[in-house]
Amino acid sequence: MMPRTLYDKLWDRHLVSQREGEPALLYIDLHLIHEVTSPQAFAGLRERRVSVRRPGLTVATLDHSLPTHDRALPIADAVAAKQIALLRANAEAFGIPLHAPGSGRQGIVHVIGPELGLTQPGMTVVCGDSHTATHGAFGALAFGIGTSEVEMVLATQCLLQRKSKNLKVEVSGRLQDGVTAKDLILALIAKLGVGGGTGSVLEYTGEAIRALDMEARMTLCNMSIEAGARAGLIAPDDTTFQYLRGRPFAPRGAAWDAAVADWRALVSDDGASYEGSVHLDGGAVEPMITFGTNPAQAVPVTGSIPAVSEIAAPEREAFLKALAYMGLEPGKPMLGRPVQAVFIGSCTNGRLSDLRAAASVLRGRRVKAGVRTLVVPGSEAVRKQAEAEGLDEVFRAAGAEWREPGCSMCIAMNGDELAPGQTCVSTSNRNFEGRQGRGSRTLLASPLTAAAAAIAGAVADARRIP
Amino acid sequence: MKPFEPFDSTLAILPFDHVDTDQIIPARFLKTTTREGLGAHCFADWRESPDFVLNRPESRDAQVLVAGENFGCGSSREHAPWALLDAGFRAVIARSFGEIFRQNAQKNALLPIEVDEATHRRLVEAPVGATVRVSLEGLRLPGGGVTAFPLDPFRRACLSKGVDEIGFVLEQEDAIAAFEARRSRAFDTRAEA
Ligand code: SF4
Repeated sequence: MMPRTLYDKLWDRHLVSQREGEPALLYIDLHLIHEVTSPQAFAGLRERRVSVRRPGLTVATLDHSLPTHDRALPIADAVAAKQIALLRANAEAFGIPLHAPGSGRQGIVHVIGPELGLTQPGMTVVCGDSHTATHGAFGALAFGIGTSEVEMVLATQCLLQRKSKNLKVEVSGRLQDGVTAKDLILALIAKLGVGGGTGSVLEYTGEAIRALDMEARMTLCNMSIEAGARAGLIAPDDTTFQYLRGRPFAPRGAAWDAAVADWRALVSDDGASYEGSVHLDGGAVEPMITFGTNPAQAVPVTGSIPAVSEIAAPEREAFLKALAYMGLEPGKPMLGRPVQAVFIGSCTNGRLSDLRAAASVLRGRRVKAGVRTLVVPGSEAVRKQAEAEGLDEVFRAAGAEWREPGCSMCIAMNGDELAPGQTCVSTSNRNFEGRQGRGSRTLLASPLTAAAAAIAGAVADARRIP
Repeated sequence: MKPFEPFDSTLAILPFDHVDTDQIIPARFLKTTTREGLGAHCFADWRESPDFVLNRPESRDAQVLVAGENFGCGSSREHAPWALLDAGFRAVIARSFGEIFRQNAQKNALLPIEVDEATHRRLVEAPVGATVRVSLEGLRLPGGGVTAFPLDPFRRACLSKGVDEIGFVLEQEDAIAAFEARRSRAFDTRAEA
């Protein structure tokens, strides 16, 4: 048999049919839904008078438009409240389990899937959300879909797909102390460019990847889409199995042993061929921060914004437009740029290890006066564990806000947003114009760098804070 | 879905690369629960500026938007093609597209047309009021000549006949049921293991 890549194997396992001249019909093992991209899909089902084919392969939560203030308060935005009520009603009507606020299991869709053991190696996982790539950290083929495809999966449990290009991303060496998976992915996107992975599936391999824990692997895979990739993949290993064992929806007993034996086959064969490959020296990656309006516009936090002469001629106009929007100048250092807000959270960096990292910087220190600092756990489970460890006290004592789980200021459609012109160091994944509110300016970075910025009131290096 | 009909149109030129879905339809408008009415918010933030291209009179009746590289990168929100359609566009010509946007657009009969650099330059530099003819077979350029563009043959067939893809897959029930029967998995999101 021809040597196959991990992607080939996942593809082959889910092939329902492949008819001449048509895209393949691919079976979907796990469908995650949330309030924003599902209402029109359910409306479509009703119009066609079909039910959800496999409600037991679908799971719902509330995250995007849900406010992160005290849950006892009503949802002030009537439009958001209606959207949230509609997901509750649709889940009820179609028999889909919903992890609602107060259940102990609500959270950002890409945080709760893994946390509950729903996401497992070898699965196909989809969600009406581009950061579904997160779940690829488990060796699952996971990608974002639009609402028409959400409707397709609800109705048929399948998708019509053409196979993507498969690129190998090898990261050698070891990340230095103070350098995180967020820095690694920002460095990688800077190297690939925002369109560098368009339409492809990236498989991350190499010593530096093997050394990452599951939460770091999720951070890495999460942002694959920011290089344009459909999905990111990491072959499952003992780190994966240890993370999953004992989680509520992970197999148990003999079924667990059988599953692990099966999952061990989910590696790319020696000699399997990819359409391309990229290499990065993990040991050379520095803490990174973005300066522009797309995630590829990033430099080391101790570095400078490129000079105009360093930018290729066709890119110059976009570069200058981005800097004008950001209120920044070419050639200037990033350290010391004033910031008015800090956001620690999101499906990229809203997990326990991220909060621990932020707390390690904030412990015993104070947020600079006037810098609004939001710490938003990715899920109710993360929130509970963080409180058990006293992290909430660290954040509050430092002067940060400790909020309820949700997408919060990653997307600014739930009440958490910046004022026009404000600059925020954010642990989220997109620095597009207006992403954190109209006229907002986002600098993407790791939780360590974000926490350091909160203390300094400016871009700062977490390795050198007074 | 209605079969895709060829049409003639003037051009609205948006000469930027990496126009992301947050620009096409900012997140604050995603709280809607229907597909309709998003056109009023299409490019909402950029439209605030009076000299934004789409505010200019020559763009008013254009059904074809011309942009640069990687148009529609970013989120999977299908609200992006819904908003463009509701704003009157029926095709977007670009140097390249974000992958999810391209698929979402095709599913809604907003035709994504990828062109090479020379063709792109011709369109961007075409005189005000120049028109193109858009059909599934090719793009007729201002000043003559038809250029082909990549379109998955299956999608082309779906667009030209107005095939409903979900209905198409629902008809493959036997294959889906056979696949499910082949795999014995206890996994169920409604019951813990
Ligand atoms: S945290 Fe941000 S990127 Fe992640 S799912 Fe929510 S809105 Fe999307």
